[in-house]
Amino acid sequence: MAEMVFQRTKGLQDRPFHYCPGCTHGIIHRLVAEVLEELGVLDKAIGVAPVGCSVFAYDYFNCDMQEAAHGRAPAVATGIKRVHPDKVVFTYQGDGDLASIGTAEIVHAAMRGEKITTIFVNNAIYGMTGGQMAPTTLVGQKATTSPFGRDKNHAGSPIRMSEMLATLEGPAYIERVTVTTPAHIRKAKKAIRKAFEAQIEGKGFTMIEVLSTCPTNWGMSPVEALRWLEENMIPYYPLGVYKASEEVK
Amino acid sequence: MAKVLMKGNEAIGAAAIKAGCKFFFGYPITPQSELPEYMAREMPKAGATFLQAESEVAAINMVYGAAGAGARVMTSSSSPGISLKQEGISYIAGAELPCVIVNIIRGGPGLGGIQPAQSDYFQATKGGGHGDYKMVVLAPASVQELTDLLMEGFDIADQYRNPVMIIGDGMLGQMMEPVELREPKKRNLPPKDWATTGTGGRGHTNVINSLFIDPAECEKHNLKLKAKFDEMEKNEKKYEIYNCDNPDIIVAAYGTTSRIVKTAIDKCKDEGINVGLIRPISLWPFPYEVFEEYADRAKAFLSVEMSLGQMVEDVKLGVNGKKPVYFYGRTGGMVPVPDDIVAEIKKILGGAK
Ligand SMILES: Cc1ncc(C[n+]2csc(CCOP(=O)(O)OP(=O)(O)O)c2C)c(N)n1
Ligand code: SF4
Repeated sequence: MAEMVFQRTKGLQDRPFHYCPGCTHGIIHRLVAEVLEELGVLDKAIGVAPVGCSVFAYDYFNCDMQEAAHGRAPAVATGIKRVHPDKVVFTYQGDGDLASIGTAEIVHAAMRGEKITTIFVNNAIYGMTGGQMAPTTLVGQKATTSPFGRDKNHAGSPIRMSEMLATLEGPAYIERVTVTTPAHIRKAKKAIRKAFEAQIEGKGFTMIEVLSTCPTNWGMSPVEALRWLEENMIPYYPLGVYKASEEVK
Repeated sequence: MAKVLMKGNEAIGAAAIKAGCKFFFGYPITPQSELPEYMAREMPKAGATFLQAESEVAAINMVYGAAGAGARVMTSSSSPGISLKQEGISYIAGAELPCVIVNIIRGGPGLGGIQPAQSDYFQATKGGGHGDYKMVVLAPASVQELTDLLMEGFDIADQYRNPVMIIGDGMLGQMMEPVELREPKKRNLPPKDWATTGTGGRGHTNVINSLFIDPAECEKHNLKLKAKFDEMEKNEKKYEIYNCDNPDIIVAAYGTTSRIVKTAIDKCKDEGINVGLIRPISLWPFPYEVFEEYADRAKAFLSVEMSLGQMVEDVKLGVNGKKPVYFYGRTGGMVPVPDDIVAEIKKILGGAK
């Protein structure tokens, strides 16, 4: 493990996470918190927590927070950012939240080029409600509402949000990363930093999609889950930069 | 300020800007589209922000974010759009955020029609969204009263940290009447020290939230809200008593319908029938006591509405069985005419002698 993952950061409150053992939500929290601390913007950051396993993010991040209705975080963040254009506003959302019930809100926040940063945690499943199929669930992947594996003819093929949003003019920076190895974690942190920097410089909408594990609902050990993610999710959701406007490149 | 002639929908916008509303998030829908159009033109001049949202769902959640960030903020819509806002209204009430919501009601259910109606009374006063919450619902009957209540509505919202709804209909929205934008009576408004503005050396984080996963905590939160609603019930009732000194019958009507009833009252007077009017101005909190108090004076009550009978249930609660309560209404965008109201009154009095 890379040491930085376990360094204390002022960006997080001194509270234990409620996440399952081996869940990568915790690592992603830490990366966001460290970036906010390193950029020196904790006292001017306002975060928006989603509905999903990370609903309690408002108890963890050491900055002002709002808890949004399921999928509505980008609209809530829009309201906040319009009131405080000089503040650093971010949403932290799961794939059910962002890619299912909240598709309209994320697409239009991106279209408007809202100067916010979205941390999109894609674990290919509905974690909090007990492992139902998400729009990001892979074809053939079993979930409690796709007990025989996702059938493409019945439920369609998974949605690739980064690719879709990258077709819009509004986003300044979109990258997909993961946190399965120390090297990936370092890259993910760099991407998150780039997104926040672009927001601070007023470039436009920014989103970092992080491929994440849900060992509990995938029915795997944490280590198996990391391997499953690399072998199954990365081929369908390739890592990389999907949008970098001229100024951000 | 001298009186100027203004259309209801635009007067809402002028009053909101005058009241210091700095953010408007909306979505087009007839019969209120002149309001967002007015705001799009006028707010930038006032250093304020108008933003057209992708839906009413998004608009009300932008209101949530902006209100939580400490701003004076409003949204408006008409019935189908207000249905979409219910999720957000419930969250706003749960998270104790102040805002003003305008509903220029049209006929329903479903897509209904675009003509005047009062069939969203239940939705506005009995919840609409999920959970044990209340909001102050104000129903003006003239453009002047519309601007007065709208301006006061922002103060009420700030005082209690609760959403306030102003309801009207297409008639009020389209009506041209002289108005003077008047400052409401001064209230002691608490500082918004709970808003998410960035900690900025405050020493603690502010959190806007309506989640209380522990049922004991959630109940405690609900009881805290209830105490606030009780306070609103005590302080925020508004109504008009008209011609109720010695009435044969008392009509209950609100908003534009009350104006039609006043014409019917004049017609009845010509025929020697004395008709009173109790006009609830705050639909929540509802002035129940006033109905009970006047129950001794009249033979019967008649609720006249542009619905199939919604406020009549509250009139019955107020009258509390002391006198019969009748209902007359038109719905779907049809407006009651004075002669039909007169005929209804005669029918009741004929039977209730
Ligand atoms: C309007 C509404 N519908 C459904 C739910 C129930 N719900 C809570 S969390 C959730 C899914 C969350 O999944 P995801 O966004 O993928 O986040 P994860 O838990 O996997 O981190 C659902 C459907 C809700 N709270 N509100
Ligand atoms: S259910 Fe899944 S996503 Fe939620 S905390 Fe547990 S492992 Fe993480």
